[in-house]
Amino acid sequence: MTTYAFYPGCVAKGGAPELYQSMVAVGEKLGFSLSELTGAACTGAGVISERDPLAGDVVNTRTFAMAEQLGHPIMTICSTCTGVMAQVASRVNHDADYRAEVNQYLSDEGLEYRGTTEVKHLLWALVEDYGLDRLKDLVVRPLSGVRLAPFYGCYIVRPSKAVDPLTAGREGYLEQVIATLGADPVEEYRGKDKCCGFPLLETNRKSSLALTGKRLDEARDVSADALVTPCPLCHLNLDGQQPDTPTASTQDSMPILHLPQAIGLAIGIAPERLGLARHIIDTKGLIRKLAVAG
Amino acid sequence: MDVQLKVRRQNPEAEGEPYWKEYALAVPDHFTLLDALIQLREEVDETLSLRCSCRSHICGSCGMRVNGHANLACKTKLSDLHTDTVTVEPMGNMPVIKDLVVDLEPFWKKLYSIDPYLQPAGEVPEREYVVPADSMLHLDGVVNCIMCGACVSDCESLSVNPLFIGPTAFAKEYRFVMDPRDAADTQRLMQMNGPGGVWDCTHCFQCVEVCPKDVAPMDRIMAMRKMLVDDGVTEKHNGARRQKAFADLVGRYGRLDESRYLMKSVSMGELAGYAKVGLRSAMRGKLPPLVPHRIPEAARIRRIFERTRSTHRRRFKLHQQAQEGSRV
Repeated sequence: MTTYAFYPGCVAKGGAPELYQSMVAVGEKLGFSLSELTGAACTGAGVISERDPLAGDVVNTRTFAMAEQLGHPIMTICSTCTGVMAQVASRVNHDADYRAEVNQYLSDEGLEYRGTTEVKHLLWALVEDYGLDRLKDLVVRPLSGVRLAPFYGCYIVRPSKAVDPLTAGREGYLEQVIATLGADPVEEYRGKDKCCGFPLLETNRKSSLALTGKRLDEARDVSADALVTPCPLCHLNLDGQQPDTPTASTQDSMPILHLPQAIGLAIGIAPERLGLARHIIDTKGLIRKLAVAG
Repeated sequence: MDVQLKVRRQNPEAEGEPYWKEYALAVPDHFTLLDALIQLREEVDETLSLRCSCRSHICGSCGMRVNGHANLACKTKLSDLHTDTVTVEPMGNMPVIKDLVVDLEPFWKKLYSIDPYLQPAGEVPEREYVVPADSMLHLDGVVNCIMCGACVSDCESLSVNPLFIGPTAFAKEYRFVMDPRDAADTQRLMQMNGPGGVWDCTHCFQCVEVCPKDVAPMDRIMAMRKMLVDDGVTEKHNGARRQKAFADLVGRYGRLDESRYLMKSVSMGELAGYAKVGLRSAMRGKLPPLVPHRIPEAARIRRIFERTRSTHRRRFKLHQQAQEGSRV
């Protein structure tokens, strides 16, 4: 069994505590061995590197070095964390001169990164390490009869040169997991790899909410029952800001599930343990529909 | 090889609504999408309109959406697509003239709005401007832009915000603001800090992904955000406040606390607009803890920020060199 250096990210520990809660519950049931990197800092979510690219690279390399010392690959539960780390890895892993420059800033705490840490999102770990067949064996309440559209989050799909350097085909993983859980993965949903609007929230809230609303309207157009996302920042907008989106008052609300919550429901973990009551958009209707179908 | 093309057709002049038309073609294995579209037009359906010229990804005429994302038809090999049916649509964020031909007028307008030409200061030298090679090398990627419009087509911000100046124009702006000979920095920086400016980019990487020439417009936009802050053009814009808030909080606690981040990033007036969001979150037990978690040895993160910032270099400008030289 693979042990992961678990990097939950700030949002799972802050504004979306239900993500952390559901990951721990699902991890136990799947038999994941998670060793949490409690000393690791925020990836910077693209904002630190906007202000100071070198600082962004150093802080993330520090995290890679911690995982390297443990001898485990990093597992994240956030598309944004994954993408930021993948971009940094693409710069420091194969360029020894640059790595040496970055390592200078880590030497005073006795850290040196050698360029060997692998970074995986839970989604990638499930498909590539754990295996969808094993996941399927654990499904006790198939999510049949519901249409769960995938919502990846920009950072886990782009730039593909950084996030998908070796494994072609990662773009379909979320649909594969949703199908393994017994739900219809709504292949025709066009919003799946587009922007949720979150990065614009502080600088142009109107555009941010317009993008969020657009993604939700696209999901309504293809009659999705809910969205499933591996990114808690997308969740903050798609769920948290949903009541303020332009068409919210005239349209049905759209529940948004974190990836571990969708898995948890299918492998028989009680909704309360998955933190589903902590969403802004009510999930009770969705759970009822699942119960009827199951 | 056999290929199924699903083409989005439209003739707005005849007030026609868009519709999909499918064509089955047999083409040689080495064919590009453009080769196939030309064969289609010549042998199957002469009413199909498309724009193309060089057929070797130099002219930038054949931009279109292939399987949902913008690309040059002449750079897209059918055998690389690995899909049974290839969907072909006109580029996005631009009005359709007919079928795959879009009106580029809005695209050019935005480009002209940034004064896309060199504006040097002082006397014109008798011979060429002499600049150190190092000060020009980093423009190598950005000057490769062929104005195909792929980045504008797939720009998410533009899809909801027509004011946004957009990726092509900003990549060009960067090309001049970083050019040692250009002296219109003040005007350029003010514009990129204003409405529709660099802070309106949603950081989705679409432009980086679809650019057929690796111009990486979003990376240039992020570099210009940094310039605005480093040059002291703005401290008050939420974008600048957000950068500072992020670094302050991560420097203090090692991780981000979303509520404090929001409070430090937007003005008091705007904050009132978030009161409902805060209340909703609190009622669902989603507010971050009152005392933020602090990672062990968080001070090390602040120390990293302080040390890396001391390595910043100013960009090299001929006119500033001249002024500084004259003061000596």
